[in-house]
Amino acid sequence: MPQYLLSVHSAAGETRQTMTEEEMQQAWQPILALEAEMKSSGTWVFSGRLHEADAATVVRMSDGMVLTTDGPFVEAKEHLGGFYIIEAVDLDAALAWASKVTRVIMAPIEVRPFAETSG
Amino acid sequence: MPTVDDVLIGGVFREESGRSVATLIRIFGDIDLAEDAVQEAFAVALHKWPTDGLPENPGGWITTTARNRAIDQLRRESRGRDLLAQVALLDQPDQQLEPEVVPVEDDRLRLVFTGCHPALSSEAQVALTLRLLGGLTTTEVARAFLVAESTMAQRLARAKRKIKAAHIRYRVPSPAELPHRLRPVLAVLYLVYNAGADGPSGHELRAEAIRLTRAVAGLMPDEPEVSGLLALLLITESRQPARFNGNGSLVLLGEQDRERWDRTLIEEGQAIVRACLRRNIPGPYQVQAAINAVHADAASVGSTDWNEILALYDQLRALSPTPVVALNRAIALGEVRGPAVALAVVDGLDLDGYYLYHATRADLLRRLGRTEEAAGAYARAADLAPSDPERAFLEGRLSMIGSTD
Repeated sequence: MPQYLLSVHSAAGETRQTMTEEEMQQAWQPILALEAEMKSSGTWVFSGRLHEADAATVVRMSDGMVLTTDGPFVEAKEHLGGFYIIEAVDLDAALAWASKVTRVIMAPIEVRPFAETSG
Repeated sequence: MPTVDDVLIGGVFREESGRSVATLIRIFGDIDLAEDAVQEAFAVALHKWPTDGLPENPGGWITTTARNRAIDQLRRESRGRDLLAQVALLDQPDQQLEPEVVPVEDDRLRLVFTGCHPALSSEAQVALTLRLLGGLTTTEVARAFLVAESTMAQRLARAKRKIKAAHIRYRVPSPAELPHRLRPVLAVLYLVYNAGADGPSGHELRAEAIRLTRAVAGLMPDEPEVSGLLALLLITESRQPARFNGNGSLVLLGEQDRERWDRTLIEEGQAIVRACLRRNIPGPYQVQAAINAVHADAASVGSTDWNEILALYDQLRALSPTPVVALNRAIALGEVRGPAVALAVVDGLDLDGYYLYHATRADLLRRLGRTEEAAGAYARAADLAPSDPERAFLEGRLSMIGSTD
């Protein structure tokens, strides 16, 4: 079955409103419920949330040597903040899941197909 | 029996290639393979038909030949052999054994919804629909959109790649999805019709747009805008026999020989408009259809109910406040309140690159006796005109003004 990357991009240094423990719990509730739905329907493959891009390190080949530099690969306003990898029968099904994700996360979701899928 | 030559086969191609491509895409799920195979089948036809004669069912012959070519092509590739095994397993095995491939009536409709998928850009949607269903070459599609052929080739290739990579499925959306998927489909069908307003494959494009709109209307009898578009296309099409004079120059609505309008199409269109009015859920296509229905009611341009048309344009402007709607409304305003009032409105519009803006200004200036300015506006309109019949008409106007000086 085709696999899709559902990714959310967040602005660097975007200060989140400070939340109480209870508010945090409430904000997470729908996200956890959606992840449970993804898992029980066999849609969920993997997911993760990333630290901000200032925690990134880039390694690259330079004159035959490996060069290590601080910071993200591209200096951009927005960076990958988190992602789901899901399995769906077609793009419409993937977009339906992405619609649910954007509703609970309140941020745009980019949907990209994986180039090779096993099986 | 007519001689089978390249011209006749070219005609069959324009009429049948969309159906064949759609059927092959359903069977193989691969646009490029389908397009290449149908092209090859026509190459075979060009070679064979002049000596063997036209087959009884040319479209069926093309589809079957193309299907066999596609299977040959797939057998040559190892990846293709996997696909073939899948196709044979999943896709109605009995159909593989039939001597002729039978098109499923929904094949082209399915392809319209695929080509108009919201995940594709609107430029790509209409280009794909024209290319795959209208049978236009990339060159012709590029010309219809006034872009370079290489740009259009890239746009089409990218859209086809995305359909394949992202697994955009060939299917008619479920009833729950339909309303959301409808808007781009209607926009594309209207553009396909307009792309056929003139040009060599004009008749087929217009017929195809009407046929597909009918099919969508049949699928969605409760969507008033689908009915509205169908009525708009039918009434517009009714005037086609009167739109050009013997020299191939455009004839304006007001000067057309109304005896030549197709009454059958008008009656069908007007019946749909009346049904829409009863339902009373107006939308831009329905209002445009109503405007055209009012024109069709008038036995002569003099007896046209311009007050009614102006009222409908007011409604249209509220539904879709675009400069082009404002321009068309100004023409009606000119009939109700005179050219000076209309010119004041037209001069306030930002449509300098649009030939009909200059043609409308020219006509109003002429009626106000400002001949020199009118001549300048006609010349500008002729420069910007998108096709020969329009240019011929505008140049005719220009020389008419010149001779009255």
